[in-house]
Amino acid sequence: MPTTGPSVPAAGPAVVMRGITKRFPGVVANDHVDFEASPGEVHALLGENGAGKTTLCQVLSGLYRADEGEISVLGRPAAFGSPRDAIDAGVCMVHQHFHLVGRFTVAENLVLGDRRGAGRRFRIHPDAVDSQVRRLGERYRLPVDPRARVWQLSVGEQQRVEILKALYQDARVLILDEPTAVLTPEEADGLFVTLRDIAGEGRTVIFISHKLNEVKAVSDRVTVLRGGRNVGTVRAKDVTPRSLATLMVGRELEGPRTPARERARGEVLLDISGLWAEGDRGFPALKGVSLQVRAGEVVAVAGVAGNGQRELAETIAGVRPPTKGEVRVGAAVLKGGDPRSAFAAGVRYIPEDRLGTGVSPNLSVAMNLELRSFRRTSFGPLLRLRRMREGAQKAIAEFDIRAAAPETQAAHLSGGNVQKVVIAREFAGDLKVLVAASPTRGLDVAAVAMVHSYLLEAAASGAAVLLLSEDLGEVMALNDRIAVMYEGRLSEVADRGSLEEIAMRMAGGHPEDGQPDREPLEV
Amino acid sequence: MRVGIEQRLDRPRWLVVAVPVGSVVAAFVLAAIVLAVTGHNPVSTYKQLFEAGFLQQGSLTQTLTVATPLAFTGLAAAAAFRMKLYNIGAEGQMYMGTIVGAGAGLYFGGRGGPSVFVIGAMVIGGCLGGAGWALIPGVLRAFFNASEILTSLLLNYVAGLLLTYLIFESESYWRQTTGFNATVFPTSKPLPGSAIWPKWVLGLQGGLTVPLGAFLAVLCAALLWVAYRRTRFGFEVQVAGDSERAARYAGVRLRRKVLAVMALSGAIAGAGGASYVGDFSHALDGDPNGLQKLGYGYTGIVVAALGRYNPVAVVVIAFLLGGLENAGNTLQGVDFPAGLVGVVQGIILFSVLGGELLTRYRLRVTWRQHAPKPAPAPEAAA
Repeated sequence: MPTTGPSVPAAGPAVVMRGITKRFPGVVANDHVDFEASPGEVHALLGENGAGKTTLCQVLSGLYRADEGEISVLGRPAAFGSPRDAIDAGVCMVHQHFHLVGRFTVAENLVLGDRRGAGRRFRIHPDAVDSQVRRLGERYRLPVDPRARVWQLSVGEQQRVEILKALYQDARVLILDEPTAVLTPEEADGLFVTLRDIAGEGRTVIFISHKLNEVKAVSDRVTVLRGGRNVGTVRAKDVTPRSLATLMVGRELEGPRTPARERARGEVLLDISGLWAEGDRGFPALKGVSLQVRAGEVVAVAGVAGNGQRELAETIAGVRPPTKGEVRVGAAVLKGGDPRSAFAAGVRYIPEDRLGTGVSPNLSVAMNLELRSFRRTSFGPLLRLRRMREGAQKAIAEFDIRAAAPETQAAHLSGGNVQKVVIAREFAGDLKVLVAASPTRGLDVAAVAMVHSYLLEAAASGAAVLLLSEDLGEVMALNDRIAVMYEGRLSEVADRGSLEEIAMRMAGGHPEDGQPDREPLEV
Repeated sequence: MRVGIEQRLDRPRWLVVAVPVGSVVAAFVLAAIVLAVTGHNPVSTYKQLFEAGFLQQGSLTQTLTVATPLAFTGLAAAAAFRMKLYNIGAEGQMYMGTIVGAGAGLYFGGRGGPSVFVIGAMVIGGCLGGAGWALIPGVLRAFFNASEILTSLLLNYVAGLLLTYLIFESESYWRQTTGFNATVFPTSKPLPGSAIWPKWVLGLQGGLTVPLGAFLAVLCAALLWVAYRRTRFGFEVQVAGDSERAARYAGVRLRRKVLAVMALSGAIAGAGGASYVGDFSHALDGDPNGLQKLGYGYTGIVVAALGRYNPVAVVVIAFLLGGLENAGNTLQGVDFPAGLVGVVQGIILFSVLGGELLTRYRLRVTWRQHAPKPAPAPEAAA
């Protein structure tokens, strides 16, 4: 039985990393990083994308071997050859992409990596394991049904399973890589309570993030990485989000953008009426959405993930066929479920899933830049390869895409650069309607600012911009009008400055009712 | 000492050559051990194999008779695998190519058309036969999302039984019904002269005979290369093979693409069937121990994998594997058991495919003692 309960915190730091250097071809991900975390603390690792946070933790959790430097865990020198070694030493990492067996139950997933307790025995006693999982779940406020199959769980629940797995292994050091990226705000708050509990037992929680507010809210100390170096460790209560941002970016951030309210409003360019569409599982995800967006206008759609935003974006872009209703661009009615005709009508789409939909990951940057236009640029059935390459070189220069060559695979680019490829492609040609679905998710501050300026530029040039985002800061900063999506329906916010009204609508309520009618469903 | 496996972050160019070459060398070393243990001198056996496959009088001619169908089935597999469509039915599609190809040869040849026309009809017929057969799993995949691996595999058996049925169990158009032999033993109708494919004899090895099918296979490889690298069709196939969602976003009509690629793959295998009839068997080969025993369709999958789905490489690999196969057939005898060549082939395939791993991962050998295990875990129970 691995969980021995809270033990006396060992004297001295739980984790000491000295002079850690990790190089990848062409990049130094970690450059002589020193890092220390104490027992009983929540220690945040803050930094922009590509600052080396994840790499540092992957070195600590045995996934990578450092090229230089020393690690010690709980006072013992550590040279982990594999995550297994790290787990044996008490270091567990919850990755951004979960490592669970979908067909197994929660309990089976927990036992799977266990070499000390139930997992060592030939026969597994399901009841004993189940009750243990339940006890752990109760203790850390991570409720999950031990008998549930993992593939049936929501992403938030799967994350709980990952954390339980680490606790089941009696992790003394728990590392979480951007845990809130997949959570709703309420789920994130719950997670923070759990993390505090875990730290309260003398365990160490290392928590990777680039969200300033949550770092400030949950952690005791913050270590900021920039360009692979440690630029400082500070106490969370001594700093403000603004000073953290300065540390992280290395320059003063511009103040929040004020949208040009008096932007010229033209005619209605995007006209959606009574749109219904099914989600991936065959249930209606859009239930009669109507919306008009004028030329030069940014309409921001807020909402908790999974309320039909993705389906709305896809239906407009022609990727998902509507079951009822229609989408007009100017006067022309779009043919439903036909991305080519949507594209031809001037609809441009920045998908939420950047690497996998926005770009084809294993194809070259040059091909990805032509992903939607190759039919027009080709000579009959033949591709114009040289012209493609030249166009790619131009786009790489113009949009400052950090790619070694047009032939570089898209998957080798960082998130921000992938998004630049998408933007470069979608902004080429005749842009009338721009649908952007969570265009800044997972991007660093500089890349977010870049995306925002392109969105505003699109509106300024007379396009109708529909921004779907879960990031309220973004919604507030960019909108001309706000609508909220809840369970497949769209409702416009009357007072676009009122966060309370937005929040209430996001929870399914109306200002007149006073109360949210029920919790958003997790399907 | 510990040996670990690490993912490679970059793939240097030399590796792409060094790993396959190294793998082949390793395979020959491993096979040498097997040979030595079974009491054969490895060096002389290899020499014999090489001579029988490529050097000796007439060996290249024989090698080409194996390599030609392998090139077709290899290209067929490569064409589909590029889109991650695992058509392993080249075997059956090839049978259908022989049936329709032979049918076209008998029909048009029997009416006395010019040879060019008859052969053209055979090629087209073979392609149609193979494509039609491949479209069955294609439709099932595109519209009902049924795994093309299973359906295409099982259809191989159906096609094999059909082939046998046409000659042995029915009075079909392909069966010889007149003459003395035909009454004693079921035989197939021989193709008329105008349906026999031409051969070219080169002044090599005292007359190296190159069948028309070999040229056709090379042409086919070239066309496939152009189609996949330089056309819109190839672009769409590449996107669809890489990410289905990206393909849908790019406006690729996935169903059509599945059907088109399956048909293309089947057509190539079917052309191989037509070539088999026109170049080599000169009649429909319905013998269960004939074409059906050779397993060209299955070996073609290996050829495609070894050639990394690159059409040009596929043709080269088909030639090399054809030589090995041919050497095995030639050497088979009292002191050279049939299984031995199979063992050698198997070891080569195993190490070349296994060696693939080394292009993506590297072995890391650590000599120093591993760090002491922290946390005195309760490891008492054994």
